[in-house]
Amino acid sequence: MTERPLIVTKDLKKIYAMGPHKLEALAGVNLSFDKGEFAGLVGPSGSGKTTLLNIIGSLDTPTEGSAVVMGQRIETLTHKEAARLRNRHIGFIFQTFNLLPVYSVYENVEFALLLLGDPPAVRRRKVMAALDWVHLADRAKSKPAQLSGGQSQRVAIARAIVKEPDIVLADEPTANLDAENSHNILQTMERLNRELGTTFIFATHDPKVMQYLRRKITLVDGRVTADEAMDGRVAAAASSATGGTP
Amino acid sequence: MTILRLAFKNLLGAGLRTWLNVFVLSLSFVLIIFSQGLLDGLNKQAEEAMVAAEVAGGHFQHPAYDPYDPLSLTDAHGSVPESLAALATAGKAAPVLVIQGTIYPGGRLFTVRVKGIDPGQTVVNIPTSFLSAAPAGDEIPVLIGERMAKMTGLKAGDAFTLQWRDARGTFDAREATVVEVMKTSVQTIDSGQIWMPLARLREMTGLAGEATFVVLAQNAARPADGAAGGWVFRSSNDFLSDVRAMVESKSAGSSILYAIFLALAMLAIFDTQVLAIFHRRREMGTLMALGFTRGKVIGLFTLEGMLNGVLAALVAAAYGIPLLSWMARTGWALPGNMDSYGFAIGERIFPAYGLGLVAGTTALVLLVTTIVSFLPTRRIAKLKPTDALRGRMT
Repeated sequence: MTERPLIVTKDLKKIYAMGPHKLEALAGVNLSFDKGEFAGLVGPSGSGKTTLLNIIGSLDTPTEGSAVVMGQRIETLTHKEAARLRNRHIGFIFQTFNLLPVYSVYENVEFALLLLGDPPAVRRRKVMAALDWVHLADRAKSKPAQLSGGQSQRVAIARAIVKEPDIVLADEPTANLDAENSHNILQTMERLNRELGTTFIFATHDPKVMQYLRRKITLVDGRVTADEAMDGRVAAAASSATGGTP
Repeated sequence: MTILRLAFKNLLGAGLRTWLNVFVLSLSFVLIIFSQGLLDGLNKQAEEAMVAAEVAGGHFQHPAYDPYDPLSLTDAHGSVPESLAALATAGKAAPVLVIQGTIYPGGRLFTVRVKGIDPGQTVVNIPTSFLSAAPAGDEIPVLIGERMAKMTGLKAGDAFTLQWRDARGTFDAREATVVEVMKTSVQTIDSGQIWMPLARLREMTGLAGEATFVVLAQNAARPADGAAGGWVFRSSNDFLSDVRAMVESKSAGSSILYAIFLALAMLAIFDTQVLAIFHRRREMGTLMALGFTRGKVIGLFTLEGMLNGVLAALVAAAYGIPLLSWMARTGWALPGNMDSYGFAIGERIFPAYGLGLVAGTTALVLLVTTIVSFLPTRRIAKLKPTDALRGRMT
C-alpha cells in the first residue's frame, strides 16, 4: 500500500496586488511531496520559491487552487489552525537564522517544545538530543550573538527538528554561510533526513545545496518547468565519509 | 506560563531601555503615592487638630447662633440647659459664651470675638489654664493665638483696651492683659478672637449662667435632643465635612500632578511599545512560524509592557518604602504661606499612606500601563507572518 503524500498542491496560484498591477507569483503549481523527501525548489529570484514554501508552511494562503499539507487544506485554515499545524508538524529554517536574541541557544531550541506543552524533563532530553545532532551541546548556554553564522544556522536547525516535525522548510539556508559551513549544514540536514525520515524542502539557488538534493523542482515565473530526481551524490559521499553519525 | 516567561525574558533582555522605563514608572509610583499621602496626611492632621482643639465630641449650639454671622451673636446666648450643665459640672462638657467686642492694641482698632471658657476645662485642647492666673488689679486675663498675636502685634504681658456691650446693650470697656500666646494650627480658635474666663465674661456682660454653645467631650454621652432645651447639636462630622470639602478643593493641583506623573510614565511605555513593534517585526514573524497565533503575539507584547509596571512597583517598593516611611516619620516642612490655607495645618505635614492608597495607585498604574501597552499592539492583529518575516509591516 502506498502512503498518502504529505503535501499536495493543485493549480496553486498566488497573485499579489501591486497598486493597479497584479503580480502572479505562482501560476498554477501542481506538486506532491512524500514522506522522507529531500527536495529543493530552485530558480531565479522572483520565481515563486519562497511563496510556495510559505503556502506549504501555512504562513500564507493561495489566491486560487489548493494546498493540502498533512491532510489539511491550507486555504481553509483559521489563524489558530494554521498556527497549530506549524507548531506540530512543520519546522522552519530561515536564511537569516531568526534566532531570538535574548534567549540562550538552549532556550531558542526549547521554545518550540514550550508551545507544545512538553514537561520540563522531556524538553531537556529533546533539546540536548537536538543540540547533539548539530554538535552544539557545549554551546547550550551561549547567546546567539556569541555564535558564528554557521553555528547560528545549526541552532536554527536544532530548533526546527527538536519537535520531530514531519516537514522542515528551509528558505535559502546557506545564503549567509561560507562554503565550508554550508556543506556542514547540508550534511547535518541530509543526515537528519536519512535517520529521522524528516521531509526537507528547500528554496534555494545555491549550487552547493543542489548537489545534495534528491529531487530538484525548477520554478520560473511561478511555473514548474522541471521536476527531476537527483542522485544526491555529495550527500552519499559525505555520509559514507562520516559514517552517518553526528 | 510560557508567555509570561517569554515576556519577562524579553523585558530583561532589552537591558537599559527596560530599566529606564521601569525607573521612570517607579518614580511615578512613588511621587503619586507621596503626593496623595501628603494630601491624606494633611486631611488627617487637620481633622485631628480640629477635633482636639475645637470640635471634640460635637457642639450643642444656641438656636440663634450662626457662626458665619457676627450679627447673630447679640441674641445667640441663653441659659445652659440642665442636661448640658450637668455634663459641664462632671467635666464632660465646656460651655462657651461668645460676644462681639473691639480691642485697641497700640491705638489700633480690631473687631474680635470674645470667647469665655472655663479655665479648668479639659474638653478641648486649648491652654485655658493660663486664664487662671489673675493679672494685677482688675485687668482681664486674655489668651490669644499666634495668628491673632501677629495680626495685632500683641505678645504675652501686653495690655490693651477691650470694649463690649453688656446684656442691656450698654457699652463698657476695661483693660485686658495677654497672659499667654498659644501655638495652634487651628485657625478657627485663633484668628480674630480672644479667650477669657467664662465667669468673668458672664459677669462683664450680665449673662449669668448663659452660653452660646457647649462643647461635648469626645467620650461624653450625648443627651437626647429633647433634653437639650432646643439647642442644636452639630456633630464632629458636620464640622469636619467643611474641612474635608476644603481639602478636596485644594486637591485639584495634586490631581494635575498625579495626571502629569502618570502621563510621563505612560508616554515612555507607549513609545517603547511602538518602537518594539516596529523593530521586532522579524521576531514576530519567527514566533508565528514557530506556532504563535497573532493573539499570542499581542498577548506577549502587551504582557511585556505590563511587566514594566510590575517591575516598577517592585523597584518603587525597594526605594519608596524606606523613603516614604522616613517622610511619614519626619514630616514635610511647610512654607510659611501655607498658613492661609483655611484649615488647620501644622508646621510639618506627616504624609499618611493607607493600604487603599497604595493598592489603589498600584492597581491604577498597572491598569493604565496594560492599556497603554495594548494599544500599539493592535497593529499586530493585521500583520501577515510573511511580511513580518521579511521585516515589513502589513
